Amino acid sequence: MLLIKCPWCGARAETEFSYGGEADIKRPEAPDKLSDKEWADYLFMRKNPRGTHRELWNHSQGCRRWFGAERNTVTYQIADIFTLSEDSG
Amino acid sequence: MQPNRLKTGGRINRSKPLNFFFNGKAFKGYEGDTLASALLANDVKLVGRSFKLRRPRGIVGSGAEEPNSIMQVDKGAMAQPNVRATQVLLHDGLIAKSTRGWPSLRFDIGFMLDVFSSIFSAGFYYKTFMHPRPFWKYYERFIRKSAGFGKAPEHSDPETYEHRNAHCDVLVAGGGPAGLMAALTAASSGARVLLADDQTEFGGSLLNTATHVNSKPGSEWVRQTVSALSKLDNVTLLNRSTVFGYHDHNFLTIVQESDDHVRQREWRVRAKQVILSQGAFERPLVFCNNDRPGIMQASAVSTYINRYAVCPGERAIIFTNNDSAYQTALDLKRAGATVAAVVDSRKKGGGSYAAAVEQAGIPLLYGHLITNVSGQNHITKAHIAKWDGDNDAIIENSIKIPCDLIAMSGGWSAAVHLHSQAGGQNQWDHNLCSFVPGAISQQTISAGAGNGKWALEDCLQDGHDAGMSAAKRCGLQPIASEQLPAVSEIHTTPIEPLWRVPATVDPDRCPKQFLDFQNDTCVSDIRLAVREGYRNVEHVKRYTALGFGTDQGKLGNINGMAVLAETLGKPLEDVGTTTFRPPYTPVSFGACAGESVGSLYDPVRKTAMHDLHRSAGAKFENVGQWHRPWYFPKRGESLDAAVARECLKTRQSVGILDASTLGKIDVQGPDAVKFLERIYTHNVGNMSVGRCAYGIMLGEDGMVMDDGVMARIDDQHFYLTTTTGGAAAVLSWLELWLQTEWPELDVFLTSVTDHYSTIAVSGPNSMKLIEKIGCDIPLTSDQFPFMSIRNAHLNRIPVQLFRVSFSGELAFEINIDSNYAAGMWEVLIDAGQEFDITPYGTEAMHVLRAEKGFIIVGQDTDGSVTPVDLRMNWMLSKDKDFIGKRSLSRPDSLRDDRKQLVGLLSNDGKTVLLEGAQLVEDPAASIPIPMCGHVSSSYMSSCLGHPIALALVAGGHSRIGQSLYASSGEKSFVPVTITNPIFYDKKNELQNV
Repeated sequence: MLLIKCPWCGARAETEFSYGGEADIKRPEAPDKLSDKEWADYLFMRKNPRGTHRELWNHSQGCRRWFGAERNTVTYQIADIFTLSEDSG
Repeated sequence: MQPNRLKTGGRINRSKPLNFFFNGKAFKGYEGDTLASALLANDVKLVGRSFKLRRPRGIVGSGAEEPNSIMQVDKGAMAQPNVRATQVLLHDGLIAKSTRGWPSLRFDIGFMLDVFSSIFSAGFYYKTFMHPRPFWKYYERFIRKSAGFGKAPEHSDPETYEHRNAHCDVLVAGGGPAGLMAALTAASSGARVLLADDQTEFGGSLLNTATHVNSKPGSEWVRQTVSALSKLDNVTLLNRSTVFGYHDHNFLTIVQESDDHVRQREWRVRAKQVILSQGAFERPLVFCNNDRPGIMQASAVSTYINRYAVCPGERAIIFTNNDSAYQTALDLKRAGATVAAVVDSRKKGGGSYAAAVEQAGIPLLYGHLITNVSGQNHITKAHIAKWDGDNDAIIENSIKIPCDLIAMSGGWSAAVHLHSQAGGQNQWDHNLCSFVPGAISQQTISAGAGNGKWALEDCLQDGHDAGMSAAKRCGLQPIASEQLPAVSEIHTTPIEPLWRVPATVDPDRCPKQFLDFQNDTCVSDIRLAVREGYRNVEHVKRYTALGFGTDQGKLGNINGMAVLAETLGKPLEDVGTTTFRPPYTPVSFGACAGESVGSLYDPVRKTAMHDLHRSAGAKFENVGQWHRPWYFPKRGESLDAAVARECLKTRQSVGILDASTLGKIDVQGPDAVKFLERIYTHNVGNMSVGRCAYGIMLGEDGMVMDDGVMARIDDQHFYLTTTTGGAAAVLSWLELWLQTEWPELDVFLTSVTDHYSTIAVSGPNSMKLIEKIGCDIPLTSDQFPFMSIRNAHLNRIPVQLFRVSFSGELAFEINIDSNYAAGMWEVLIDAGQEFDITPYGTEAMHVLRAEKGFIIVGQDTDGSVTPVDLRMNWMLSKDKDFIGKRSLSRPDSLRDDRKQLVGLLSNDGKTVLLEGAQLVEDPAASIPIPMCGHVSSSYMSSCLGHPIALALVAGGHSRIGQSLYASSGEKSFVPVTITNPIFYDKKNELQNV
């Protein structure tokens, strides 16, 4: 069970969190302007790397804030925790 | 009488004799015995039969590695199946039975299997019983019964189990010399240390051997060290506690055997640093009939002598390829046994201990092997032959020496289990003939024999160093020992690998050479697997069952892998190990469940009116964690009859429903409209204050995710309802978008599901009822139209009154502070008597909504249904973007053969279809019959007098009026007709009264 350091609450057990998949996926500004392929890329395509993965986590059983983590998918070590915007602190 | 019990010594309490029973016979042991040591003390040689070949088996080991003595312990609710006798602490009155052996252990019917053992080779079950396939169910019954794996307890466990969370700086797994030294050193820094050991007493090998520390018996140093540790506030000592799982981020699970309060306790520990000092397992040697009772690990023999004062034989032979077993020869001699010979496969023999053995007058046979043994239920002779070191030789000539005990040692394997579970690599060490812990990314240090340090001196040093490092890594200052405990210097001769004793005849035809005792995996099985094309160790494992037993191959795996490597002609390190997974030893379901059983299994959510429903005789159903009234039967009334009555009365007069479980979310803020416009498909901004709307939200894939009524309470204030099951998910969904995508929006979300209760009053008399209890606002449609919300007082209590309907009738939903809800319910019931008010449950609610063709998200949709499939095109705004909109124009969303929502009527007007039933066009078509949809909702409609159903049918919207067949069980079909999904009040006039 991972130990995840919530930027607002500190280190807590994984059971307090829920996983939100790959980070840095921005919703397109004008979806209707996109081709089917471009939209499908946004909708379905994910990196699934072996190694460093930037991903979203939510402290759902705590402060309910979303944040990002850089986790190694092989060792499960978390190298970095980041907030999602400048003013979210 | 305990014939094998030594007069003195051991760590048993001779003043506390204990009675116990094994296979119906009474025996005596002592406090401090394990079941295994007590059985050996009583000279019980035969303890079970092997899994596949039913060969007689005796005790081999003394701990977690034991493969043979698998017992059913105690009776009734307290019964424990499949426990190792070596790990069962003896208690007075203990009842143990072999789990295998029928009709009796001595005359097992399965001995026939051994007689015909040549056909029971690797993959036997796969090859023989899989064809013809329908017969497997008959074979399986026979195989499972004859395999005999103990019996599950017959009653629920009356004992308590618990989980306990703990945090520490340093967790030390294993309390032998390395672990004790590590704990002592780490604790000197003030670190919070937790030391766990699976045995009753700490000390590990120091209690099992006659080794001296500081010129005194090792047990004395253990006593002093444990005493010192127990005085420290920062140290927690857990004996009888097995660390069975090493999970991510230094999270470890420990199962602690019973104390006064609980039968077992599962510790869930988060440690900053972990020291793994679990020691090593001694390997058997692989020779013909090496599974016969009387053949034991040399270290186990020493353990029984030194720790339990039990000498398991009178005339012993030692068989070894390394130095450690020479200690066993000395232990046996001291215990009064005759040691007929030490057979060492190495030509140059052993070091210091060998010299001591020679001095004791024990014959040494260097460059010799035991090739086979005589004796069935117990060995009588060892067959010993000279060997020139050629692995491929066939050794035919041997001398037979009488003996009743063979103590064997094939070398040691470091217990790398936890290290591997933690994600660590293992490296093969040629000098040690063992895998040792390699690189690891978790905060772990291996120490002692588990780190390949066999000598006691090295163990103590390694433990000390590990304790120092772990404490320092925690940012603490440990105190280094100026001098480590003194142990006598031992010279050893290196081990020479002997993975398999050369066979007496062709290795594939000689008597069986066992690798895995529990699964009867032999050298010939591995060779056969390779001949049949298996190469990968994981595949060979699964084909031959090597390491599959409750011992998980602790004894036999390395030998098996070495034989595989030899057969493949590869180095062992290239063959590698199979994956180590938790648990290290079997863990009971009780320990896994902890307190989470019965009423504590899952929280129960009850509405504010729950007790009133119960008094009214409601039957409840579980909806997620909620307990909701399902129906309200009158005396002797069936479900069908009650639901029919509830539906009719509601449509004829007035019904009342507790709808409190609906999810409720309060949304406020300057950007509330902007936000909800993006979430919902309809035009939220067009709603005027006081109006309600039916809203659906889609996933970004365009599929319907949730639905519910939303109300505009004020310009910047909305109130959303969600499905009962979707409440938490919808709140999370909204938060996700607000926080990750649109943090600039100024919107606040609050779950108010539990704060408000909801009472739905439906039916033609609902308005009269509301008026009757006193309502301070006009209710008529011109002033309070359908789909609107008002603040009002009912019976002088403030409420939010919704004019909405999930039944198609004139209806009101009363949203009320939960503290007033039960009172309001009672007032409505009292006032409703003149209208014959009828409480109804979820079943009638479902029927009423299905009669109107209203969907239930999750029942009539399944995550693959778009609003267009539901004919909700009118709800999709063309003027704005919303989540999922773009996906509705993907080619897949535009297919005209998508499954679409329709109604279904059985052609006979009587048959209620099965929910989930598949729909086909031609039931006579060849199997597999093409399927074109399924029934999603199906009920008997008492109001219409016939059954109705909703279904998802490929291209259904353009197939109204066509016929299909619904499966109604095995090979039978019901003809149905596709209809519009609205069955009742098709023009929606009643709700608008």
